[in-house]
Amino acid sequence: MTGKVAVPATAKRKRRKNIEQGISNVEAKVPNMVNTNDYLLRVAGLKTYFPVKKGLLQRTIGYVKAVDGISFGIQAGQTLGLVGESGCGKTTVARSIVRLVPATEGSVVFDQTDVLSADRVKLRELRRQISLIFQDPFGSLNPRMTVGNIIGESLKVQKKAAGSELIERVTALLSKVGLSPDHINRYPHEFSGGQRQRISVARALALEPKLVICDEPVSALDVSIQSQILNLLKDLQDEFGLTFLFIAHDLAVVEFFCDIVAVMYMGKIVERAAKEELYRNPLHPYTRALMSSIPQVERDPSPSRRGRRTTLGGEVPSALNPPAGCAFHPRCPLAEGVCLKQMPVLEEKGDYEGHFVACWKCQKKLIIDNG
Amino acid sequence: MNDNGTLLSVEDISTHFFTEEGVVKAVQDVSFAIMKGQTFALVGESGCGKSVTALSIMRLVPEPQGKIVSGEIVFEGKKLLSLSEKGMRQIRGNEIAMIFQEPMTSLNPVYTVGNQIVEAIKLHQKKSTSQAWSDAVEMLRRVGISDPQQRVREYPHQMSGGMRQRIMIAMAVSCEPVLLIADEPTTALDVTIQAQILDLLDRLQEQNGMSILLITHDLGVVAERADDVAVMYASRIVEVAESRQLFAEPLHPYTQGLLESLPRLGITAGRLQTISGTVPEPLHFPAGCKFHPRCPVGREDRRCQTVEPKLREVRPGRCVACWYARDRRQRAEDRRQSPESAAVDEG
Repeated sequence: MTGKVAVPATAKRKRRKNIEQGISNVEAKVPNMVNTNDYLLRVAGLKTYFPVKKGLLQRTIGYVKAVDGISFGIQAGQTLGLVGESGCGKTTVARSIVRLVPATEGSVVFDQTDVLSADRVKLRELRRQISLIFQDPFGSLNPRMTVGNIIGESLKVQKKAAGSELIERVTALLSKVGLSPDHINRYPHEFSGGQRQRISVARALALEPKLVICDEPVSALDVSIQSQILNLLKDLQDEFGLTFLFIAHDLAVVEFFCDIVAVMYMGKIVERAAKEELYRNPLHPYTRALMSSIPQVERDPSPSRRGRRTTLGGEVPSALNPPAGCAFHPRCPLAEGVCLKQMPVLEEKGDYEGHFVACWKCQKKLIIDNG
Repeated sequence: MNDNGTLLSVEDISTHFFTEEGVVKAVQDVSFAIMKGQTFALVGESGCGKSVTALSIMRLVPEPQGKIVSGEIVFEGKKLLSLSEKGMRQIRGNEIAMIFQEPMTSLNPVYTVGNQIVEAIKLHQKKSTSQAWSDAVEMLRRVGISDPQQRVREYPHQMSGGMRQRIMIAMAVSCEPVLLIADEPTTALDVTIQAQILDLLDRLQEQNGMSILLITHDLGVVAERADDVAVMYASRIVEVAESRQLFAEPLHPYTQGLLESLPRLGITAGRLQTISGTVPEPLHFPAGCKFHPRCPVGREDRRCQTVEPKLREVRPGRCVACWYARDRRQRAEDRRQSPESAAVDEG
């Protein structure tokens, strides 16, 4: 099966964990990263448009193209980070994948099941395997339910456990996420933001999902709490071999947490690459601007970066009335000619395999012809 | 950097809120000074009292529940706490202006942005209405709003978050304040817009030489924009330093923990450092040093658990409130005197 050399660090860690727990079928649990066909989730050409209605007759006068032709795949055990500014459509991607909003076009295949055409029975099964963690730990927990009910609800709905078994499983989950079993009868308002996010994590894990979609799981938390939650998610991934779709706007958090990163701008992926490659060699001018915009803490007392950054002018255009050509061209320092007229497609460019960019101005991939 | 003297000095301010459950000591014995033309950052996590400190300076603490119980604030030689409400109104918005985190809720939705800027100008300056309107247009141009003639007649809802924050800044600087208090000015904005707004504040500061009190939770923003920093934890300032010094050599264990727990570009190793536990509730602050339950040293130490350390100067311009904090020079001295005890400190 997997050769010794090809086993990535995460898988190695996982294997160590598994051995510690005495699980014998290690090989089966280690995701085979070499084979490109075994994507757990594959999204192809996904489009989600929201109609804009106006007037007495509520006629549709146009569409907001929240997600406009997005494709990516996540292998089992991997984490894909979806980065972008507010309103770029990253949350809509997540919602379309679990069919919380209807997709307009495209396909979503999860573990060989077509999600978008699944009937009610199949969808129920899918939702057992895909769970969500939301940004706001205050809005996403029902204030009138106890912690035990919040975490146990999905187990009850899916008829996975009841009675004393249910309580047992909920307490086990609570201790998994670092909360005390006594918390089971408390209400969400009795907890701090970080603890509430732990409750959300426990709820998401209750049904032993394969894929967890995290929508800005740490952006509402304080710095000292943020790192606790990120570590918790990483530990749980190692322990259960979880696959994450991680949505965030913070590039530093994404670099820490993800294996593959996709940068979104106005409903489209403008750049996608393995984390190391993207951060070492960002090609799209938007990705570069995003990276240079992050205020950085530099630990050595060198002169401050004040004035050294390249600030991006302008703002994200209205999604109702997107610019012609490349959606980024009004803010792009390199835009000219073709950028204003034609939309660039996501193509493999750069020096490394798997580095995709949608930009007319980026260098073409160097093709070394041996023949 | 600027030796023109102190503009504002806050001396041992304590602000308490008297609630039904008890007295919430939101700000305790906070002292700092802002020099002319300087950017001074107040950094800390939510609920640490940084916003209440700003409100105390503006004397906008909601009464009667909230009250500044002790201390003094001296602004350009005037004692702000003993001014009459009328005297304070002369200063507020005129000499000290403030911008808030949420640009949507701090603008009035039923007036055009022009109306709101004109209101501020006419309140503080003897100008005709038409003069004030042309000033407002000029202000919008200065904060980088395109087509200001048109925009001045628009309502806040017609603008994006970044533009609203520019309007707030235009309003705040319209009376040429000498001190601008910016309370989390970019927290609600995207990173690319955040960079624009921070650049704008830099530029305005260069033009009118105003001082900025920057309140934020983002250490990155502090590292790039502030001259001096005060770190707050549980209503108290735990460390004051020149910004570059703070990041190069944090002395307080809380500051150290914060810096280590920060995911930074280029840091991709397995796990992040964390500060264990959570920020204490203001009604149930622990005895002694408020950080001791989360501190690797304080958890074990009698003195940390019982006696609260005061902010003390370890070297000119560097203050820290910790029994065990030592800077490099002092640690070296400790080591020379008694090798064993120094080793304990290092751990």
